[in-house]
Amino acid sequence: MSNWIDICPLDDLQPDSGVCALVENKQVAIFYMPKDNAVFAVNNYDPFGKVHVLSRGLLGDIKGEPMIASPLYKQHFSLLTGQCFEDESISIPVYAVRIENNRVAVSLGE
Amino acid sequence: MSAQLDAGGAQMLAAKIEALDISVLPSKNTQKIVDGTECKHKMLFADGTDLETDIILFSAGIRPRDEIARTSGIEVGSRGGIVIDNQCKTSAPDIYAIGECAVWNGETFGLVAPGYNMGRTVVADLAGREASFEGADMSTKLKLNGVDVASIGDAHAKTENAIVYQYQNGADEIYKSLVVSADKKKLLGAVLVGDASGYGTLSQYYLNSIDLPENPDSLILPARSDESVGLGPDALPESAQICSCFDVTKGQICSAVESGCHTMGALKDNTKAATGCGGCAALLKSVLDCELEKSGFEVNTDICEHFAYTRQDLYNLIMVNKIKSFNELLEKYGKGRGCEVCRQAIGSILASYWNDYILEAEHLSQQDTNDTFLANMQKDGTYSVVPRMTGGEVTPDGLIAIGQIAKKYKLYTKVTGGQRVDLFGARVDQLPPIWKELIDAGFESGHAYGKSLRTVKSCVGSTWCRFGVDDSVGLAVELENRYKGLRSPHKIKFAVSGCTRECAEAQSKDIGIIATEGGWNLYVCGNGGMKPRHGDLFATDLDKETLIKYIDRVLTFYSRTADRLQRTSVWMENMEGGLDYLKSVVIDDKLGVCDDLEEQMQHVVDTYQCEWKTTIEDESKLKRFRHFINSDKTDENILFVEERGQIRPANEEERQHMAVTEEA
Repeated sequence: MSNWIDICPLDDLQPDSGVCALVENKQVAIFYMPKDNAVFAVNNYDPFGKVHVLSRGLLGDIKGEPMIASPLYKQHFSLLTGQCFEDESISIPVYAVRIENNRVAVSLGE
Repeated sequence: MSAQLDAGGAQMLAAKIEALDISVLPSKNTQKIVDGTECKHKMLFADGTDLETDIILFSAGIRPRDEIARTSGIEVGSRGGIVIDNQCKTSAPDIYAIGECAVWNGETFGLVAPGYNMGRTVVADLAGREASFEGADMSTKLKLNGVDVASIGDAHAKTENAIVYQYQNGADEIYKSLVVSADKKKLLGAVLVGDASGYGTLSQYYLNSIDLPENPDSLILPARSDESVGLGPDALPESAQICSCFDVTKGQICSAVESGCHTMGALKDNTKAATGCGGCAALLKSVLDCELEKSGFEVNTDICEHFAYTRQDLYNLIMVNKIKSFNELLEKYGKGRGCEVCRQAIGSILASYWNDYILEAEHLSQQDTNDTFLANMQKDGTYSVVPRMTGGEVTPDGLIAIGQIAKKYKLYTKVTGGQRVDLFGARVDQLPPIWKELIDAGFESGHAYGKSLRTVKSCVGSTWCRFGVDDSVGLAVELENRYKGLRSPHKIKFAVSGCTRECAEAQSKDIGIIATEGGWNLYVCGNGGMKPRHGDLFATDLDKETLIKYIDRVLTFYSRTADRLQRTSVWMENMEGGLDYLKSVVIDDKLGVCDDLEEQMQHVVDTYQCEWKTTIEDESKLKRFRHFINSDKTDENILFVEERGQIRPANEEERQHMAVTEEA
């Protein structure tokens, strides 16, 4: 069911920050929190700014829920669900991502 | 002063001024001024005595400028002034007079508040509303040679059957008197000398006819033990006028607080209260505090949910505990994973205190959007590039190099307000090669992306200008080189003007310097932008060494004590004690921290590095500067069209059209 696509070595991720990967013509933002050994993947497209920049946002949490703040207009998106914290009607696609044998892999779940 | 003070108050004031080694000669009627023998002049008084002196200053009071009325046949008062009625109309139909030129009921008013009131009356009358000017409260509070003096209403107890209370404290040189109505219920007037702290409360009793407490003298007697005799802001009626300059009532202030103005700065901005003479600032603050407390609104000054501290607290924690990274601070004093607010604020504090390279692995995650790529992200996700041009100075070769680089990478170029050139439309992967070429051509980072020193603007100064008094470009270049790269709570702009014509617009900058015949005049905390503010004149006729010392201290103090993203102008507006306080810290070293402040600045100056030079020399840092971690492709969604011979981002409609053309 899950079709894991190998992306890069773990070392290529930025601790507590993001990078962007090209996965089957989709731009995927990948975030890495080494302290929690957690990794998250969402679509790189910012629905407010209408450009592909979310991987360059600032990382953190809102009441414990991991989030990314858009680098353009600072809206916050949940990294678990893709839901925008400021606007109920907006959410971004979330993808499965894992670290195995020091390699990062993403599944678009299609 | 005779109109404001009673005999007791006048005596105390005279004593206090004499204690400053200034002789006071009241009731002297000067008959003649002749040449002196010891001094330049000799004043001959009516009582036969005389005084020799070199300088005579005349205090002439206010005389209405009514020439225009006299020459046009409009009625003027017997002692001058354009006669007006209750609607501020003059004897000529459709002509109004307001302010110091007008005489109402035989009286002229030399204060700003009555002028505003007259203005309001005229506007109402023009708009067809009923309004009438009914005189003015001439209460005043001022400092005379450092002595607090205040006078309210009927200070001389001229009202029939008025009762007078007096308190005189020879030891502390304080004099207070109260004039109350015969039934002891209402305050008619007051005089305060040496301690005017009761002015706010007393003027509220007076202006709002609030019933006095049972023993009115408790209002002027010193508070013993814990008993509080002041009129708490809570006791004031909604209609109570807090700011007399702009006629702002307590009710208006309360609703402003309710609608979200929770700082003095926001409140001043919203209501204008305390922005005239400023005399009501303390009262305004107490109303604000009281309202916030009452509404159960705990003033939460936590920077965010991850740190229960203010920016100042965090600064002190970092300074005292020598903390060098965000994660160390988060572990010891925070919770969770942080957010864009605390990360950016702490990143900025660490950078302004330690001045490490901000793209070090441990600092990278705290940098704001622009800092992470050392460029300014634009709306389409591309970046702009700004090389530093100190003082706005650039060689022809420098300009040619910039032009060639812009041409090669097809960048949009524009001259900025900070006297340098901004290059737009660079993709993230183009930033390192662009900077490599800029650095090879002798440029360095302009820090346009940072909350840091941006530019030191200058006029051409005495080197070329016929009017220049001093070398403004030379000083601007020196200052920009000293403070470049300095990280701070918000961006900082300087300007240096070579003479008082002020072509560099220094008074609208965080730090402004103007050359005079006697040295440099320093202005601080000015701002252009959203809410313009003229800088405050901080010190005059400085030599360069002192000037730099003061700037070091002001900027480090700002960096330590401001809130996150607070410009110097707002920092000043919210500072208790304002300009005088800042002077006492920076010039008089009231807190004993000046050496420390200078030392910290020197550390930042000594550890400066061009962040772009460091970055392009480090292969591992360059890895981030590509759009995809797993591909050399670039973001194909970035599209430009041409306008006026240069590129600009394509708009939605153009993008669709371009997509269609591509498919076809």
